[in-house]
Amino acid sequence: MTHLDSELKQIKQQVIEMMSLVRSQLAKGKDAVLTFDKDLVHEINANENRVNAMELNIDRAVEDVLALYSPVAVDLRFVMAAYKISSDLERIADNAVGIAKYINSVDRQLAQKNLDKIRFTEMYENALTMLDNVFEAFEKEDTKLARQVFIKDALLNEINSNAAHIAIELIHAKPEKIHNYLYLLSIIRKLERVGDLTKNIAEELIFYIEAKVLKHQKTTNP
Amino acid sequence: MKVEEKEHIMTEPKTIPEINKKALIEARNVNVFYGHFQALKDINISMNKNSVTAFIGPSGCGKSTFLRCFNRMNDYIDGYSIKGEIVIDQKKINWKNVVIEELRKEVGMVFQKPNPFPKTIFENVAYGLKIQGIKDKSFIEERVIKSIKDVALWDEVKDDLKKSALALSGGQQQRLCIARTLAVEPKIVLMDEPTSALDPISTASIEELMFELKQKYTIVIVTHNMQQAARISDKTAFFYMGEIIEYDDTKIIFTNPKQEKTQNYITGRFG
Repeated sequence: MTHLDSELKQIKQQVIEMMSLVRSQLAKGKDAVLTFDKDLVHEINANENRVNAMELNIDRAVEDVLALYSPVAVDLRFVMAAYKISSDLERIADNAVGIAKYINSVDRQLAQKNLDKIRFTEMYENALTMLDNVFEAFEKEDTKLARQVFIKDALLNEINSNAAHIAIELIHAKPEKIHNYLYLLSIIRKLERVGDLTKNIAEELIFYIEAKVLKHQKTTNP
Repeated sequence: MKVEEKEHIMTEPKTIPEINKKALIEARNVNVFYGHFQALKDINISMNKNSVTAFIGPSGCGKSTFLRCFNRMNDYIDGYSIKGEIVIDQKKINWKNVVIEELRKEVGMVFQKPNPFPKTIFENVAYGLKIQGIKDKSFIEERVIKSIKDVALWDEVKDDLKKSALALSGGQQQRLCIARTLAVEPKIVLMDEPTSALDPISTASIEELMFELKQKYTIVIVTHNMQQAARISDKTAFFYMGEIIEYDDTKIIFTNPKQEKTQNYITGRFG
């Protein structure tokens, strides 16, 4: 194994660790919404600093490899992908923090029937599965698996596009709860964003492994 | 053995690729032998005017041998023979009736180590012109100054033209050798690892020079420095065991090579 190989292996390991932490942050966000557990919110906020530190460490490692090893071809694509993936992961973690933050803002636990109506759990589970897919795809360098998220993202978009209408219905029914329903709508918007960021990660993976650029192509099955 | 006595050509290739009219240099089914050893195998490549083409590959892969085919430098090597065609500016150059001095006026060469003659700076650059029989002093002076300016050496040596070229630094000597090559106004400049003996600053100045020179000349460079090939060339050919494994735009070779051997070589995982 060359020195460059061991540097690249180390960056890959750093990205995998960051993926694991970000996945756990997002999953805790779901639990916090469902259980109204403010300790979980505190935990998510505390872990945010770790996520940020991990992103900075990956940035530094990528910068070192670029400066010291002048990588080319697949190695160059890998470091470029790692750099962008860590940025996407950091933004996914920001969304997890944002979702958790609403728990401190709503006056009481969001009713399960309203969460079901807006398809909160279905959307959240789907977003987490998408993350699992890209993480596994990254570890195994499996672009077939990465491509699965493009189809799954369509469900997130569908739930998101129906959410505003449902939120309006809920507000009409109980105008005094308007704040809670707007927060709920914001959570749905954030999950939609998580889906987009996960899709970005899949695109970066495909760029790194297959040298294909999928960015800005409007297709669900590239 | 004298050059003119040697048999250089030879059999017509089985299939003759179509002529690329844009190409200044074209090789068609080129096979080169040193005795029984085949150094180049079925090389087909064309290089356009005003471009920089880099030849890369491990030692002994045939890239320097191929470079030296363009100005018939291999002719002096015992046991050397070539089959196929090399066409420069629509003229076949590996036929017996080619006047080598005329060819080398068109195809100049810069070597790995700076090799100025033990003469003055001025005489070094004027050497090729004098060899050509040019006696017009003002013409020679004009061409010498222009060539030295072309290699961005003028400001450094304009007051020392009568000093020995050997007193110059390595980087200056190499630029002087390039000026000597340019003085006879070749169409093509061949460079065989021209910066491998130079420090990074001199290397950078030669590389910058190549960007300038390609406006007027067509440059072919052999280099072991992967980053140098990536920085300066428009096209890159990867040689391995006497064959061209891949030839494409340099950007493609260094970002997404099509052949696994190329990727392994440029990423340092060869072997």
